[in-house]
Amino acid sequence: MTYTPELLEQIKIVEATRPQRLGQTFPAMPLEERQELLKKFHPDYLESGMREVRVGSYKGNRMPVELADVVEGRPHVDPHFDLSAPDFETDVLVIGGGGAGASAALLAQENGAKVVLITKLRFGDANTMMAQGGIQAADRPEDSPATHYLDVIGGGHFTNFPDLVEALVKDAPIVIAWLESLGVMFDKTPDGVMMEEHGGGTSIKRMHSARDYTGAEIMRVLRDEVRNRPNIDVIEFCPAVELVLDDQGAVCGAILMNLETERYFYAKAKVVILATGGSGRLHYQGFPTTNHYGATGDGIVLAYRAGAELVFLDTMQYHPTGAAYPEQILGQLVTEKVRGLGAQPLNIKGEQFVYPLEPRDVEAAAFIRECKERKLGVITPSGQPAVWLDTPMIDLIHGPGTIEKALPAMVRQFKRFNIDMVRQPILVYPTLHYQNGGVKIDADCRTTVPGLLVAGETSGGVHGRNRLMGNSLLDVCVFGRRAGITAAMLAKERQPGKPTLAHLESWNRALDEIGLNGAVRSPILIPNYARKG
Amino acid sequence: MAERNDLIPIYIMGKRYDVPSSLTIMKAMEYAGYTLIRGVGCRGGFCGACATVYRIKDDPKLYFGLACQTVVKPEMYLGQIPFFPAKRATYDIAQLQAQASTLFQIYPEVLRCLGCGTCTKACPQELNVKGYMAAAMRGDIAAVANLSFDCIMCGLCAARCPAEEPQYNIAILARRLYGRYLSPRSEHLYQRLEEIRQGAFDQTLAELKTLDLNALKERYKARPIEA
Repeated sequence: MTYTPELLEQIKIVEATRPQRLGQTFPAMPLEERQELLKKFHPDYLESGMREVRVGSYKGNRMPVELADVVEGRPHVDPHFDLSAPDFETDVLVIGGGGAGASAALLAQENGAKVVLITKLRFGDANTMMAQGGIQAADRPEDSPATHYLDVIGGGHFTNFPDLVEALVKDAPIVIAWLESLGVMFDKTPDGVMMEEHGGGTSIKRMHSARDYTGAEIMRVLRDEVRNRPNIDVIEFCPAVELVLDDQGAVCGAILMNLETERYFYAKAKVVILATGGSGRLHYQGFPTTNHYGATGDGIVLAYRAGAELVFLDTMQYHPTGAAYPEQILGQLVTEKVRGLGAQPLNIKGEQFVYPLEPRDVEAAAFIRECKERKLGVITPSGQPAVWLDTPMIDLIHGPGTIEKALPAMVRQFKRFNIDMVRQPILVYPTLHYQNGGVKIDADCRTTVPGLLVAGETSGGVHGRNRLMGNSLLDVCVFGRRAGITAAMLAKERQPGKPTLAHLESWNRALDEIGLNGAVRSPILIPNYARKG
Repeated sequence: MAERNDLIPIYIMGKRYDVPSSLTIMKAMEYAGYTLIRGVGCRGGFCGACATVYRIKDDPKLYFGLACQTVVKPEMYLGQIPFFPAKRATYDIAQLQAQASTLFQIYPEVLRCLGCGTCTKACPQELNVKGYMAAAMRGDIAAVANLSFDCIMCGLCAARCPAEEPQYNIAILARRLYGRYLSPRSEHLYQRLEEIRQGAFDQTLAELKTLDLNALKERYKARPIEA
């Protein structure tokens, strides 16, 4: 699994152009050219990849075909499921055990609520755990939340919801201090200055990191803290398969399924926080993904059936640098921090063809153009197109040992397949990474359905049509915390009415009306990877 | 399905399956027909859900790895350890002090470590587990934190330990003590918090929120880019 002799020959071309490229960066693309590039090469613009949804409030809007199929699925349970006796009751039910769910549980508990957190797989099995590069926060004297605001909204092509962006950038330094108070180890100089780097689309260095295990470090600390708190119960391997409404149309709990015994439960709650993450495991357009095994879009399905509004679900994020070789790690994340530290993307001639740190959609589209239109990509032995990412530049720029110190996870990842990224460039290609849109929320994480709050990747609006690096770990903490606070407050005043699944009856009727009989049962919960026959 | 010529025999919990030789253990299990619920997580080497123990036929040695990061080998006998009931203490991080006695009080078994190094052999991250346990016995919290930093908490160390140590849980306590109490204070961060508390950015943000699209674009284009 080391490089083939053919690829080793091509690496020599990269090495030959390296001395000249050091200190020479390809210029950034003018704002005016971004849209044209995206329209021609970004997967969001492939007509056959999208279709209109035919039922519900998002009807007539486009989303990826694979997501639409799941959204238009049939419920797991019969609408007449017995709701007379809840299996348990709580103030706040948090659905999802990633960064947003954990943050929400902590803040809800601190604000006086009794909390139950349920999660489909293990607590902490989430995209948060896999986020490598960093978390943005404007805490350097020369930076400001206003500059962060401009970067976020420009990266999102000026489509982001201003109230959400304001919350994101203003809470960011607060979140960093909160995480540190819980024991997160950020990278710092010996005198306490946070070591901060650029990410794609940032105008100033504000990417905080914990080596390249930033998300893992945050997630394991949040998880440990949740487990230490009284009044938070955690139930693993127990996804929600349906939301329960009361006779006023407010959410008052959920139907849960023990994933191992396949028994259903009714959990009654005054407030439900949905934090189930994204949907990369639906493999839009057949793309590989960086996402966690459980990222199957469950939250979108649940919220939509309960009547919540959706936004921006016609835009997904393709991370420019997914591993393209070896085949065993195809599509897995090569953190943007690699480019943040100076590694340049190169074509087969060892030439730069794009500014290394454009916003992700622009960078990914430029990679695709280089391979598909200009035919200047490298082709791997399995036929996968790719571009080089010249990782050895990092130690040349920052001094020997930098890569191993700053990117241990990446080095380990490639070393497992006998590739030494300290000395050899690596091959990358865009991979499905993030759900930019989701359930519409306000700055307190309220949805259009009373009693239902949403936080993290399941929500939409804060990133507009494109998220920048380091704003997702930030998003899950900022809005997870806000959801927890809102939930605890609402729980004090809400008294749920009579529970009902009548919304499933009307949902089934709507599917019948468009003749959808063979629809999948959704949420699908687990990707279908087992080979049949 | 067409006959393939790249199949090799592996044994999943004792039962033989013929699978393509290029697959990881995880994908080989799926090729064999398993729908995984336990023993699968991020599939990228970060979460520790797929800790796997294996042996090769006629070789007495036990090997360790992550199912998502290890390629199958012929005659591999494998079993997964998706859950290990290691001891985990409950504590309030805000009430602790970052000193040796804290480690010993919360995890008295730290001092029972034999220094045999079985944990280090079992670590799929190739961490010096024995080394950080030695640091823990010395009460050197900073050393435990730094040596254990890349831990993915898969539990293989604890599963193999003859002294029944929960190494990875001791390590996260040390890291949290370090992060909260011992890492150098970031003055610029607390300065910024004070500015936010005083509303120093409220007016600028309020103004940005009301700008029309063209004005916002001009502001975006005009922002200086730090080299």
